Amino acid sequence: MPGPVRSPCEGDEEAPKAEDALGQLMAAAQGGDSRAYEALLCALSGPVRNYVRRRAPWLGNDDLEDLVQEVLISVHSARASYDPARPFMPWLAAIARNRIADHGRRYGRRNEAMRRYGEVSETFSLDEANNSSEDVITAMSIERAMEVLTPAQKEAFRMLRVEELSLKEASERSGVSIAALKVSVHRATRRLRQRLLRKG
Amino acid sequence: MQTEKLIRQLARSAEPVRPIASPSRRLAAWLLIAIPFMVMVVLIMSPRPDLVERLADPRYLAEQGLALLTALSAAVAAFAMVVPGMSPRWRLLPVVPAVMWLATLGAGCLADWRRLGTEALRLTQDAECLLYISLIGSVPALFMLWMLRRGAPLRPGRTALMGALAAAGLGAFGLRLFHDEDLGMMVLVWQVGSVMLLAGAAWLAGPWILRWRHREARA
Repeated sequence: MPGPVRSPCEGDEEAPKAEDALGQLMAAAQGGDSRAYEALLCALSGPVRNYVRRRAPWLGNDDLEDLVQEVLISVHSARASYDPARPFMPWLAAIARNRIADHGRRYGRRNEAMRRYGEVSETFSLDEANNSSEDVITAMSIERAMEVLTPAQKEAFRMLRVEELSLKEASERSGVSIAALKVSVHRATRRLRQRLLRKG
Repeated sequence: MQTEKLIRQLARSAEPVRPIASPSRRLAAWLLIAIPFMVMVVLIMSPRPDLVERLADPRYLAEQGLALLTALSAAVAAFAMVVPGMSPRWRLLPVVPAVMWLATLGAGCLADWRRLGTEALRLTQDAECLLYISLIGSVPALFMLWMLRRGAPLRPGRTALMGALAAAGLGAFGLRLFHDEDLGMMVLVWQVGSVMLLAGAAWLAGPWILRWRHREARA
């Protein structure tokens, strides 16, 4: 009977490796040493997670882990660009910064799309707009989709996306911190999208 | 997917890779393809009859030398920009040669105007410059793209712009080896204009042609 699958990173995250050691592991990985490569990626995942958390403190755990994985995949696809004669950390940091910035841009675009979606939902809630059964059904499905949100998420979504209050105004009105509002509206947006796409 | 599972998957799928060389070595490799191709086009088009005479003209030599220097420094900048952690100062490398190239051509316009009057500033149609510069730059640009895609697309637009400036700059240099248009204004508008147009188009196309290849990594 096969034994339990060994976690590739067991014990590795607790023991940060020196920069030279990381560079050597990458050099070995470039030569096709998959054990060295696995050890390298394990050693990187902790510091990358901390780095992403520091640079994007508003991310929830799921998004944080997505971004950590994106950085690791980028390290993988750019591994030929590492020169073993040069220090490793500036190479890694440049990739991580780039991926975090890309993620930030995507996050901004997504929020803009949801802001517009909020406008549509607001339009559907006006009496004069509800002049066809299709519009009523759309408005109803949006209302129903909102049911999956927690009260805090619903409130954050309503204030920031529908009423378009600034984070500061919303924070003052609700007494909730800006960071918590960012988290709530991000989660609300994601859950709504999941719900509506699944339905569509 | 769990991060640990991803790590195991990436480690399993990692083929050996050859680390990319330094920007200057990559420039040499690029020139090994780009220069013979340019020479081939010049020979097919047949070099201008007054080429030997022109090679004794300091103005022609300065303009050509700076066009070539702009192309080479843009190529080095592009190669440096796909290496994470390289100093951002590399991307400024072509600025001085490019400004000097434009200044020399500007001074040439002035000299032509003093010599020929307003006739020197008259523009006639010479749109085939764009065609020839694109032709001479085509193979160097494709080779450049292949080389850049081996690196990390950290700044795709600006990297593509530098790559195109290198290929089109080389095209402008090669063009004047067979095309006998030396009036400063004509060179500035049609030849430098074509280089700028191609570099601008590459800048816009950069995010599409130089992107992270995540799909391959996840496969």
